[in-house]
Amino acid sequence: MNVVVCVKQTPDTAASLSVKDGRASWGDAPLVLNPWDEYAVEQALRTKETHGGKVTALSMGPTEAREALKQSLAMGCDEAVLVTDPALAEADSLVTSAALAAALRKIGDVDIAFFGKQAVDTDTGVTAAQVARRLGWPSLTLTAAIPALDPSQRSITVERMMEESRQTVRAGLPAVVSVVKEINEPRYPSFMGIRRASKAEIPVWSAADIGLTPVPAAVLSWPEMIAPPKVEVSCEFIEGATPQEIAAQLVSKLFEAKVI
Amino acid sequence: MAEKVLVYLDHFEGVAPPATWETLGAAKGLAADRQSGVAAVAVGSGLDHLAAQAIQHGADHVFLVDSPSLKDFRPEAYADIVTQQLRDQAVEVWILPTTSRTRELAAMVAVDFETGVTPDVIAWESVDGVVVATRPIYAGKLHTREVNRKRTPQILTVRSRAFPIPEPEAGRTGEVTKLAITPGHAVTEVLGYKPSEAGVSLSDASIIVSGGRGVSNNPNLSPPAEITDPKQQEIWRAQQGFALVRALASVPGAAVGASRAAVDAGYIPYANQVGQTGKVVSPDLYIACGISGAIQHQAGMRTSKAIVAINRDRDAPIFKLARFGVVGDLYDILPALTTEFATRLGKM
Amino acid sequence: MDLHLTPEHEMVRKMVRDFAEKEVAPIIQEWDRKGEMAPHILPRMAELGILGICLPVRYGGQGFDYLSLGLACEELEVVDTTLRVIMSVHMGLNSLGLLQWGSEEQKIRFLVPQARGEKVAAFGLTESGAGSDVAAMASTARRAGDDYVLNGEKIWISLATKAHHVLWFAKTDPVATDPHDGISAFVVETALPGVSCGDLHGKLGVRAGSTGWVSCQDVRVPSSHRLGEEGEGFRIAMSCLDNGRYTVASGATGLIRASLEASLRYAQERRTFGRPIAGHQLVQQKIARMVQSYEAARLLYWQAGWLKNIGRRNTRETSMAKWFATDASVEAALEAIQIHGAYGYSDEYPVERYLRNAKGAVIYEGTSEIHTLMQAGYALGTRTDAALRLELPAYDAAAWQAAAA
Repeated sequence: MNVVVCVKQTPDTAASLSVKDGRASWGDAPLVLNPWDEYAVEQALRTKETHGGKVTALSMGPTEAREALKQSLAMGCDEAVLVTDPALAEADSLVTSAALAAALRKIGDVDIAFFGKQAVDTDTGVTAAQVARRLGWPSLTLTAAIPALDPSQRSITVERMMEESRQTVRAGLPAVVSVVKEINEPRYPSFMGIRRASKAEIPVWSAADIGLTPVPAAVLSWPEMIAPPKVEVSCEFIEGATPQEIAAQLVSKLFEAKVI
Repeated sequence: MAEKVLVYLDHFEGVAPPATWETLGAAKGLAADRQSGVAAVAVGSGLDHLAAQAIQHGADHVFLVDSPSLKDFRPEAYADIVTQQLRDQAVEVWILPTTSRTRELAAMVAVDFETGVTPDVIAWESVDGVVVATRPIYAGKLHTREVNRKRTPQILTVRSRAFPIPEPEAGRTGEVTKLAITPGHAVTEVLGYKPSEAGVSLSDASIIVSGGRGVSNNPNLSPPAEITDPKQQEIWRAQQGFALVRALASVPGAAVGASRAAVDAGYIPYANQVGQTGKVVSPDLYIACGISGAIQHQAGMRTSKAIVAINRDRDAPIFKLARFGVVGDLYDILPALTTEFATRLGKM
Repeated sequence: MDLHLTPEHEMVRKMVRDFAEKEVAPIIQEWDRKGEMAPHILPRMAELGILGICLPVRYGGQGFDYLSLGLACEELEVVDTTLRVIMSVHMGLNSLGLLQWGSEEQKIRFLVPQARGEKVAAFGLTESGAGSDVAAMASTARRAGDDYVLNGEKIWISLATKAHHVLWFAKTDPVATDPHDGISAFVVETALPGVSCGDLHGKLGVRAGSTGWVSCQDVRVPSSHRLGEEGEGFRIAMSCLDNGRYTVASGATGLIRASLEASLRYAQERRTFGRPIAGHQLVQQKIARMVQSYEAARLLYWQAGWLKNIGRRNTRETSMAKWFATDASVEAALEAIQIHGAYGYSDEYPVERYLRNAKGAVIYEGTSEIHTLMQAGYALGTRTDAALRLELPAYDAAAWQAAAA
């Protein structure tokens, strides 16, 4: 199987965010592989381990995004490609999906493109479906399990998380699959993987290299970014001699506050 | 008549989540800005009652694409239909509630128009004829204003509970049009459904009771002798704790949530996780039991209207967010609270 | 001069940290209370390759450098000292000793399974009557044809009940003029008849680890299992300590960081007199001191790791790093408890465990008093390090990473 996993570099989720010059700033918090993408990398590796083939990690972003790709290589991906271009710096999801779709075409003969459910920075969660739409592939988003995958029949069955239930869907390959945390437990990078990753020369593709000329302009713009006002609540501690007394007081207060 | 604002009526087997009606209510204002009414579209099978409900909730004109072959949500087919409808109607603004289905549907239709999609909108205003939307990013640690001035339709998905749910008007009238649109190629086949583990949906719940790692913290409970593995003993203890959490939740019909620590420890399925790598929720009341309040958890629940924290450690960060705090053992407090709720709500 | 870690070092650090945080941190308090080692720890460290981190690939290791060992020890001890203790005895005191002194045959037989984590290794030097005074040991190894017959009991042995191999020191010449010259080193397989072992309980700290005794009663060991030459045991033991102390130093640096991080978190949460206690200057002083200790301890162990990498003798620098970091870790843990107030005194917070764990390290692998005297000796010129017949090999990336021929 020719498996691609699309990854993004994001600030660590423990980072404190603020706004500096109209942009998000995470201070000196480290940049990491988007935590959701770790599940996608793991699933890509498991797919290869079961069905053979290779896994390519693909990212679009600034040159520093190479580190996220190195993390993917260290986990066990065979190859990595970075799509980077000054013209892509202000990309919205529409442009990002166009670039990733073009890169997937250039890689060629891809059977599955895995994605994490969303990126923890922009939180849009639309890129996977947009790439699928552009390529005309089935879009299997929010996948929590892959009960069947048969490369010879070119068929994949997944369970998708919906609010009300899990939907079991069968589709043909190639397909786009975005995964949620429940699907697996990501492995740590191995020492061998770390060494291979640190030595790897990651090919860099420009917009022209993937045939994205001219680069479409972003449709969305972001006139303002704000840190939401901190809600200063002072906690009222409920005390009482017995749990019953505490419960009675607390419930009265909740009714007064009209939250029940 | 062609309405400039179209609302997508998301539903599962003909039942719309509250977010669908919230979106319909919120659309009214945007439509008024454009001297337009609100149109709505639903795709599925057996949707007459949904159309009637939509009119009661404020739709002026409902388009139904109703066919047994569309019973199951399939994004490709649904996107084909909606794209055609948006073209035919020359819609300026298309609004959807944010659910697992619509995020994908909106994304695909946006590609068809090479237009923008703004998910998870919590507020908006009309400026110079376009919608400038506010949406949380970085799990709500920041908000960004986002606008598409270049293309139509503007596509926005509205976050659950960001807008009030409109009161249905029993006698309200509106037009219903049935469309016969056949989607193109079927690229996926739905084989069936399995029940979700989470019970009451976290994103729609007005009350959530959540448990953290602290639920296993009761040394007085001794696991049955046949459980010898310490990890399994811990999980057994946690399950006793979560039984108390569930009991409390069941009285007011609340959803059950959990911290990442509790999910990672194997106490409860991931579907229940609240936080940066789980669900972001915004209920009226969030009761955090044995949750210390790591920054990642806070990111998922800090916009709750009122937070109650029950924790043994008075200095736990969760108390900084909480309106009401109880310093104590959840094994003592939760049963008392369950009884009290049941009495007050007349369920005893 | 370049104090940047390479991306490879950074990835190693993150990987070890992720393991310790995800798989050990959530359960460590429980196992510390129980006084046992969590059963999954050794198999997982083996599986992940941590047990062979800085050994050459051709001996079953991961081919990383000596600094990586220190970085791993720091990350492990941030979560719990017992994790680092595993590295101290398995890698520092035993496996690196085999790498330095072992014959090719011994490396294949003993080092390869240790590097892969299939066999766990311990270090048998201390006896009830011989701690700092190594030459006072009573264990004997009597030559009997092609074998040696070992008798004696070692105590305060980390991984006593987990180890498959013990690097065992015993007197082959109990009447040597200089008793140091009468000691030899052996690899003892604990499965051999006559070997018994047990764990000690009631320790102040490192309760989630195994510390115990190993006894040899008429244990026959072939002479091919003797490490180095007859009478070379004391020099071997001291060279092993150069590596063991390095892991203790880097680990203690991690313990300082743990105290610092816990204090930073708590001081910004806890409020007294209307503001977070971090706003009070006497709390700030404690925090500043921890930062100072952490930075200094880190530079000292990085220096030792760098010397090992380039193949320079580092007894003096390693002793300094170990002495400083362990003393500072006790102080940091004490101050962390003080910052936490009464909560720090209970096991609701981890800082009391940090103190209990820190105290051991100013005693084992050379007490702080021994290191004080060593440093005075170097300064006064009364102590010098004689060259060894075999030195710890310098790190050579190509040689370390080459696969088996």
